[in-house]
Amino acid sequence: MSERVTAPVEETDDAERTVETGAESVIAALEGAGVETCFGVQGGAIMPVYDALYDSDIHHVTMAHEQGAAHAADAYGIVSGEPGVCFATSGPGATNLVTGIADASMDSDPMIALTGQVPTAFVGNDAFQETDTTGITAPITKTNYFATDSDTVGDTVGEAFALSGTGRPGPTVVDLPKDVTNGATDRAPGEARTPDTYDPQMEADDEAIEAAARTLEAAEKPVILAGGGVIKGDATEQLRAFATEYEIPVVTTMPALGSFPEDHELAMEMAGMHGTGYANMAITHCDTMLAVGCRFDDRLTGGVETFAPDAQILHVDIDPAEISKNITADVAAIGDAATVLEQLDAELQHAPDAREWREQCQTWKEEYPMDYAAPEDELLRPEFVVETMDEATPDETIVTTGVGQHQMWACQYWTYRHPRTWVSSHGLGTMGYGLPSAIGAKLAAPDRDVVCFEGDGSFLMTCQELAVAVHENLDITVAVLNNSSVGMVRQWQDAFFEGRHSASQYPWVPAFDKLAEAFGACGFSVTEYNEVAETVEAALEYDGPSVIDFHIDPESNVYPMVPSGGDNGQFALSEDQL
Amino acid sequence: MSQETETEIEGEYERTNGLRGPPPEARPRPSGRRNSQGTRIDPEVEAERHPRRTVISALVKNEPGVLARASGLVSRRQFNIESLTVGETTNPETSRITLVIEEPEPGIRQVEKQLEKLVPVISVQELGRDAVRRELVIVKVHGSDPDKVHAVTEMYDGTTLDAGPQTITVEITGDEQKIDDAIDAFQQFGIRELSRTGQTAMARGDEWTTDVEEERYERMHERWQTPTNND
Ligand SMILES: Cc1ncc(C[n+]2csc(CCOP(=O)(O)OP(=O)(O)O)c2C)c(N)n1
Repeated sequence: MSERVTAPVEETDDAERTVETGAESVIAALEGAGVETCFGVQGGAIMPVYDALYDSDIHHVTMAHEQGAAHAADAYGIVSGEPGVCFATSGPGATNLVTGIADASMDSDPMIALTGQVPTAFVGNDAFQETDTTGITAPITKTNYFATDSDTVGDTVGEAFALSGTGRPGPTVVDLPKDVTNGATDRAPGEARTPDTYDPQMEADDEAIEAAARTLEAAEKPVILAGGGVIKGDATEQLRAFATEYEIPVVTTMPALGSFPEDHELAMEMAGMHGTGYANMAITHCDTMLAVGCRFDDRLTGGVETFAPDAQILHVDIDPAEISKNITADVAAIGDAATVLEQLDAELQHAPDAREWREQCQTWKEEYPMDYAAPEDELLRPEFVVETMDEATPDETIVTTGVGQHQMWACQYWTYRHPRTWVSSHGLGTMGYGLPSAIGAKLAAPDRDVVCFEGDGSFLMTCQELAVAVHENLDITVAVLNNSSVGMVRQWQDAFFEGRHSASQYPWVPAFDKLAEAFGACGFSVTEYNEVAETVEAALEYDGPSVIDFHIDPESNVYPMVPSGGDNGQFALSEDQL
Repeated sequence: MSQETETEIEGEYERTNGLRGPPPEARPRPSGRRNSQGTRIDPEVEAERHPRRTVISALVKNEPGVLARASGLVSRRQFNIESLTVGETTNPETSRITLVIEEPEPGIRQVEKQLEKLVPVISVQELGRDAVRRELVIVKVHGSDPDKVHAVTEMYDGTTLDAGPQTITVEITGDEQKIDDAIDAFQQFGIRELSRTGQTAMARGDEWTTDVEEERYERMHERWQTPTNND
């Protein structure tokens, strides 16, 4: 991570670069930071920036909606590890970005949004297409900037870029008034730096490491809880080495899928609301929890009173504000995940004596297997679709999803083995995230397969981005798990609202295969078990975007489930247990 | 996986989507518990921490929007804030924000850490009990009994800012307790309007208010003492 503190500027480019306007300086800053691809939608206030982009080698992907641009940039950042870049014009352009910015903020993704703004003289006058973009985005950005000067705007963009990817990543916004981007300047941006008040601690204090090591050595029921920070901090190798050496079972949060290979013996997979039974037993019964790069979100913890109630919590995080925010840490090691794991490894004198505990964990795996019944003469089960697609694709395939039941099935029934192969909306839970994020993911990793799971409701929110996928000829496969309803809501209505399906039925969804064809993509429709494998094969083979409309059993629900605020150890295996 | 378990699943587990395993009541349960603040507790002892009132000082970069950021953060996270004041320091590049908050211990630590997270914030510190704290209030009372008003003003070391036939306006400075007492005392004349600034504060004696201030002070003085040859 540390090498991202300053974005490298290539010497040769630097000497040649000349700029004449603020907008050219903005683009020069992006080029200097190594940006190759960006996403956006045109408009009046951002036009000078787009005009400068015309002469640049940066590949700009014109999206159908700014929300799509933000999600694509977000996914690009997740997959590449460098901030994804998106553009929007002022007013409605900027407000359309807001969902995507908030999404990136909740998930600590590196992303930078550049928004047009009305000329400085009109700011505050309710001018045409004016909104207070910095005001609106302040709570959902790591920081934001209102550019005021054509001479320094390039440096501001460089700083926003560097800040976004350094330490705990997060989205940054630079609001660009039209007169600032149009204004004359000959000042090329310098090297991109983070502001001098920003200096995240990379290495944990010795006392913390010592205390954590002594606690771990004494543990009888240790568990590692890996959070998204393990992936963002590029600490997956260190995690695997550490867990294997000291033989500690690993549970992951949802954003951490892929941080530890799920086919590893020590893998307990995902915990929390729709986590596996064994993961939830492990986090509930452990006596020591080494939590790395996680923020103890309520979807993970359930009610805090019953979260790991016997455990000493050793919390490793680069953001001090996460320590004891939701769950009080007994030992806090502030620092970069990879560095701290190495420090801990150096300090530990022996592995905890936890053979019995590991056996117990294996027993739980056998007691609570992830299973489903799929009789061929009944309606198609979504779990079967997910497993079939997993089998049909290579190991490092990237999975993106929308939000709802389909997202949970994609968590549960796909085996994640590598970091940056899971791209989803965790903290904000944004329906419509799947397709635009598949576009961003594919552009960040053109050599990898990209599969997108969507629900019918979620897909309809951003399906217009298919046009973009077709135009860019992106080889992505969208699997719509179509249950003609907003299934996750329907599931909660079944469980907690006496089955009163208020506004959760979508009997009007279009034929998604036809919709795909209308956009120029390849469309398939599947209702029978025996069509699944061959259709998946055909869709994967098709060179370009394809959409498979899987008509699944509309009554399928997601289990195990911990009711919101509940006790993780009391997860329900079916509706009767809620 | 699905096909081989199919027969087993029929019957007893039919309604569980195929998921097997002991039901909740048949599972072991851990013995411990945490309180609502996420702290592990001994059930015998007190479970929650009570709020306490304290002063937090933040040194920040003097740039537009910094106060909005700080106050936005406080309101967004629902911290219980009593007052917030801000003003420039000796260095025009920085301002000091002083917050009075009433929160349980974990909340106080969160206010500090969340403030520290804001990019333009340089340093944050909770002040000790012995810190110097002051607040200013302007009170406008009905002017029917000027002598008595004057006596109360004297009693609280106040200053009369304006006196007319209808109203008398006075200023009182002091710690929070004194201001509260003074306002109580003026109540008898009928307070027409009142405006309080909220507390501002600073560490007492040789101590620096936030931990970077000594170093910044020295750097600034160096700069003042070293003549620049530029112009
Ligand atoms: C933008 C947005 N609106 C509403 C919700 C609330 N919500 C969460 S899951 C869900 C259902 C999603 O339905 P669908 O996309 O059809 O997927 P399914 O659950 O059926 O797999 C809804 C409405 C949300 N997460 N995001």
